[in-house]
Amino acid sequence: MNEREKQSSDSPFGVNPGRKEDIAEDFPREEGGFGVSFERLDEMLLEDLDTEPMYINIGPIHPATHGTYRIFCRLQGETVEKAAVEIGFLHRGFEKMVEIKPYGQVIPYTDRLNYCSALVNNVAFCKTVERMLDLTVPERTQYIRVIIMEIQRIMDHMICLGAALVDLGALTNYWYFFNAREKLNDVIEALTGARLTYSYVRIGGLAWDLPTGFESNVNASLKTVRKAIHDVTRLVKRNRIFLDRTIGVGATSGEEAVSFGFTGPCLRASGVPHDLRKARPYYHYDELDFDIPIGQNGDCYDRIFVRIEEMHQSLRIIEQALKKLPGGPINVDDKRVTLPPKGKVHGTMEGLINHFKLVIEGVQPPPCEIYDSLEAPNGELGFYIISNGSSTPYRIKVRPPCFYTMNGLKRLIEGGMVADIVAVLPGLNVIAGELDR
Amino acid sequence: MNLELLEGCTREMAENLIIIAKTLFVIAMAFGFLLVVIWFERKGSAFIQDRVGPNRAAILGVRLAGFIQNFADVTKLIMKEMFIPGEVNRIYFILAPFIGFTFILTSFAVIPFADNLRIGGFDIPMQVADLNVGVLYILAITSLNVYGIVLAGWSSNNKFSLLGGLRSTAQMISYEIPLGLSIVGIFMVFGSLHLNEIVRAQGELLFGFLPRWGIFVQPLGFIIFISAAYAEANRTPFDIPEGESEIVAGYHVEYSGMRFALFYMGEYIALVLSSALVVTLFFGGWQIPYLDTSDLIRHASVVLKVLLLGGAAMSLAAAIAFIGYAKRLKGTWGDIHDREGHVLTTFAVLALAVFLVVLFWLWNVEFPDWAARTIALISQVGMFLIKVLFFGWLFIWVRWTLPRFRYDQLMGLGWKALIPLSFINILISGLVILLVQR
Repeated sequence: MNEREKQSSDSPFGVNPGRKEDIAEDFPREEGGFGVSFERLDEMLLEDLDTEPMYINIGPIHPATHGTYRIFCRLQGETVEKAAVEIGFLHRGFEKMVEIKPYGQVIPYTDRLNYCSALVNNVAFCKTVERMLDLTVPERTQYIRVIIMEIQRIMDHMICLGAALVDLGALTNYWYFFNAREKLNDVIEALTGARLTYSYVRIGGLAWDLPTGFESNVNASLKTVRKAIHDVTRLVKRNRIFLDRTIGVGATSGEEAVSFGFTGPCLRASGVPHDLRKARPYYHYDELDFDIPIGQNGDCYDRIFVRIEEMHQSLRIIEQALKKLPGGPINVDDKRVTLPPKGKVHGTMEGLINHFKLVIEGVQPPPCEIYDSLEAPNGELGFYIISNGSSTPYRIKVRPPCFYTMNGLKRLIEGGMVADIVAVLPGLNVIAGELDR
Repeated sequence: MNLELLEGCTREMAENLIIIAKTLFVIAMAFGFLLVVIWFERKGSAFIQDRVGPNRAAILGVRLAGFIQNFADVTKLIMKEMFIPGEVNRIYFILAPFIGFTFILTSFAVIPFADNLRIGGFDIPMQVADLNVGVLYILAITSLNVYGIVLAGWSSNNKFSLLGGLRSTAQMISYEIPLGLSIVGIFMVFGSLHLNEIVRAQGELLFGFLPRWGIFVQPLGFIIFISAAYAEANRTPFDIPEGESEIVAGYHVEYSGMRFALFYMGEYIALVLSSALVVTLFFGGWQIPYLDTSDLIRHASVVLKVLLLGGAAMSLAAAIAFIGYAKRLKGTWGDIHDREGHVLTTFAVLALAVFLVVLFWLWNVEFPDWAARTIALISQVGMFLIKVLFFGWLFIWVRWTLPRFRYDQLMGLGWKALIPLSFINILISGLVILLVQR
């Protein structure tokens, strides 16, 4: 037996695969013997598999999108290759509709912008109009506005976090938060009379004063809130599954966040210490003692825990504001905005005419353009109002905080997996009413 | 017991009747568990979440704390239209729920719910099928379950269903490996694949005081097995295929009516099967700790008295509780629901009376052999039921506490964590067995 035959019959297959001569003629050959090199093995297998990308639509009707927007994704397996975000499904023409409404009648429309924290929208709008009129509301009103805004901040964060945890699969936390939120909502209902669209704030003050027992009700509900936050934090803080799903997912750096236009918790989660309550204080926020939680990496984990910490800080603010609440009038004593007391209306000619003009024509700010904003739970909520001196605004433009956070969504989900979309999306707290107006 | 009652029947016929009786019992037990576990799920999840849960569905005013809701759900699902969407593959669409439900139910055939019953010359094993390779049978059947899901996901002509079906398939196939490997240690310790043998072997005592349950001899195996069992049953934290928000209920989203009911029931029966397996392999199955079958038979009268006394005590407590309940309910509904407290009290008092009467009647009676064995059987079956219900509750408890995994993390856990751990478990078990035998 010569060398060649001996080598061929060594292997059980009868041919020696290491010998080029024994391989079939049409087998793809590469250098390195055996016909295939290992560097190209994966590629060749994948060419064989030839998977097509899959196009799916997440939304506009979908349990994971908290609001109506559409994310059109191209998936390669589980990875989102490209995403296109489409908004505008809840556009109701707010900015056009208010052009024919007197300023006082715009307030119920503002309720429906960010319906999770409606009072904040009211305050933002009234604050802008008061700035146009160069008014300072009374001290009591300022403190009450602070209290109700912080209560709304807690409620908004509870909705956001409850929904975020539901999307991650931990459904119990939603109920813990919502039970506490019910207590807060009961307090606000006793104050305003409504559960969703409060319309409590007026230009120049508030609709009516606090009811009796407000302070004790608030303190009692804050206890429930503290317990709920404590329970939820304990459930998720060291849960490995939760940490794996949120740490490093959807991370934004500080510069990126600023360039997108993020404000609010998403910006602070990325490490930028910007909060309008500290940067441009209003309504005695500079006299109140509270901290701004700042995140480090800007990922989902940071966004969620910045919100949890902000709830703790809001609790502090509410307690301090309740203690500092002075007495006094609710509405500013300015005849341009406030109805005169009934005695003067039925007694004096000036009072009668004032009442008549205010009811028929409403508030008439001088012709000017003003932009004013405040720190809403979602970020910087601003109103840009152009007035031409008449009783209806010439143009109102709303700066919704989640419009700019939605801006970043595409970059955050591209390259990630489908499951990361549901982790990132609720952390941005995109509320469609505010997004689309 | 003499065979007067079965005069004229051949032994074969008797044996066939026994098998049919056992099958019916197992099916009844499975469906009974199903109802109870679904009730646990809804009331238990409500309890965990600070809510009330279903409390309205009633039969003649009796709500049984939401248990009647099950029947309302079943009625609704039966009467709903079984809609078939347009472009689906009809054969697989209709076939998938049957696969998803039937195979799981057949897995119950090898679960032993009591020790062998030796009466009248029969030696009746308390499993429907007395297979030597019981565990292998169950592992094989769980592999077949994957077909139900993948066919449902694919035939639904829906991208989200497809995603859900594919993910579930990959998940279930991946987790079958740690499921099987983790119980290799059990086989090595107890020396058999026969489930009844394994349960009998868990009756002995370790170190003189600890029952030789699987969990004490194979703690790591237990942890791996229960994680893999959760993944096989598609329950949170592994419920990506069905619960993930972005795929809207996944593979069974296009199903309605009875077809959906089959998937729904299949999921809970898988849960019960996993619990039953955990109990059988790791927690002594039907074994009552420290009490052997022979002990039970010898002291059958004491056992019976204890059971009847326990029943009487529970009925008494229930009657007192229901009287308080009736007082609280008075006038709150304004209709027949108000009477629920009275109805329940009546039943509790009746049960108390029955227990006490039987107790006094049988106080000094000498028990014949067949009665003693039957009493032992009943107590063992009762123990088994309690243990399985506890683990069913554990499934539910875990579901409502933990968030769910992302898909790649789940696969990573299965392949990169559980499989190596189960290999290590096998190695360590082998070493320990070798050392102990010396």
